[in-house]
Amino acid sequence: MSALTLERLSVTLGGARVLDGFSADVEGGEWVALIGPNGAGKTTALRAVAGLLPYEGYVHVLEDDARGLARKHLARRVALVPQVPLIPGDITVRAYVLLGRTPHLGYLGSERRSDHRAVDAALDQLDLLPFSQRRLDTLSGGERQRATLARALAQDAPILLLDEPTAALDMGRQQQVLEIVDALRASRGLTVFSTMHDLTLAGQYADRLLLLDGGRLVAAGSAEEVLTRALITEHYGAEVDVVDTPGSGFVVVPVRRSS
Amino acid sequence: MRPAAARLWLPASVLFLVAALLAGVLVGPVHLGAVNVVRATFAHVFGLHSPLSGSDDAILWELRLPRVILAALVGGTLAVAGAAYQGVFRNPLADPYLLGAAAGAGLGATVVVAYAPASALTGDLLPIGAFVGASVAVVAAYMLGRSAGIAAGPGALVLAGVTIASFLTALQTFVQQQHVDTVQEVYSWLLGRLATSGWREVGIVLPYAVVAWALIIAHRRLLDVLSVGDDEAAALGVNVARVRLLVVAAATIATAAAVAVSGLIGFVGIIVPHTIRLLVGGSYRLLLPLSVIVGAGFLVFADVIARTVMSPAELPIGVVTAFFGAPFFAVVLRTSRRPA
Repeated sequence: MSALTLERLSVTLGGARVLDGFSADVEGGEWVALIGPNGAGKTTALRAVAGLLPYEGYVHVLEDDARGLARKHLARRVALVPQVPLIPGDITVRAYVLLGRTPHLGYLGSERRSDHRAVDAALDQLDLLPFSQRRLDTLSGGERQRATLARALAQDAPILLLDEPTAALDMGRQQQVLEIVDALRASRGLTVFSTMHDLTLAGQYADRLLLLDGGRLVAAGSAEEVLTRALITEHYGAEVDVVDTPGSGFVVVPVRRSS
Repeated sequence: MRPAAARLWLPASVLFLVAALLAGVLVGPVHLGAVNVVRATFAHVFGLHSPLSGSDDAILWELRLPRVILAALVGGTLAVAGAAYQGVFRNPLADPYLLGAAAGAGLGATVVVAYAPASALTGDLLPIGAFVGASVAVVAAYMLGRSAGIAAGPGALVLAGVTIASFLTALQTFVQQQHVDTVQEVYSWLLGRLATSGWREVGIVLPYAVVAWALIIAHRRLLDVLSVGDDEAAALGVNVARVRLLVVAAATIATAAAVAVSGLIGFVGIIVPHTIRLLVGGSYRLLLPLSVIVGAGFLVFADVIARTVMSPAELPIGVVTAFFGAPFFAVVLRTSRRPA
């Protein structure tokens, strides 16, 4: 079953067409990465799917038109982890992860035991139980990213939207976070739709890559099909070599222009 | 903060409030006695015979008790309204007067003092003028902010509040200049006062305060959700604009009612929530109920100071809340652990 279908998705922001007739299909359990240069419309696409932007065209979530879903019901199907989450420093990790249960509660309702269990499971899965009573502003960048992921997990949505999940993390933390996402995908059967700026990591972790440029889809397929020197040079304006290394897939290496 | 510590803060704050209420009814030129005061209060509530003599009983029931209860209602309202405003605007400097409530109330009160014929009626009209002024100001600010694009976040609304407040303050200054004889009365009102005539003022504030407290505290979980930002709250399925409108409306109406009977008492809406935040953490689940309780106790204590330090004269309560509140807040700010 297709988890996410975008049909001619277009978004206009401040008079500019940021996303222009973007169509894509994401199968249940698949990890699809949106790549493309800055301003290509990757984040806009995620925000439109999460229902945060007005758009033209259609978004189908688990085969239902997203426009027909109440905000709360959409949030039960789609969890968004923004690139730079606003972190309220003075609450505990547990209180923060508990916010992920919001779409499952009535307007003025409070959490039941099942909600606390979901939070415990999310904290456990991201190794955050020892941190659960720590304040968010005492955590490192990698720990915060895990807390944000835990909040999205607690949301119990089958589709996870990740906007640059590794931005501002060091190489080790990047790998750690992506491994966690991959493990969660396996253990919970999640569908992952993410933007990624690191092409090598995108090629290593995603099943398929969608290359956006100027709001349009310009290439789609496996890492082998999309991570080519010609496509990257054309759309990123970058001089690169693509090296097919056994064991680590397609490595995109910047090449310094000869002067 | 551990959950065990959280469970201790609530009873501790209730203890603080009870101590404040007792101090409020016991401190004064006439000695009443703690036991008698408690028994007489119960006697009045349950329609029994009061153990106090006629005049002592009147001092308790007609003077001290209404004033103490009024201070508690106003203090709890200003504190929880301040905490609510800080939550919906994600702005630590927000206070209940942010959207022009103070300026509107000031204009309303000044107009009444200046144009209403000097009579016993002025005393009745003043709270109405202040209440109407505060409500009109906030509604105007809300409409202006909405037209400027409330979807863009809380910034537009705050700017609209500042705009409306400056405009109304200018009007108020103009009216005051035209009627110089009103300056003293208006000024004393602006500094805040808790003078009561029996239970009338309590009756004015009570319904608004209780409804607003209940409504704001009912939103405690949603205010936590708003703390992650409008976008993420929306992605969690929350209708941010509706939460903001409901909480602001509740906080504003209660503030207007409080201002109408007590004038502009500054600082409570900032200092009380922030002190609690520093001690207990920023989750609104605990912050909002504690703000009501501690705010109530704080203003009762402030009023005790206001009417005793220069007795028989009274200090304006707004001066007391700032004079004693600011140093206390400074100490809390310095001693609380703030991770960088």
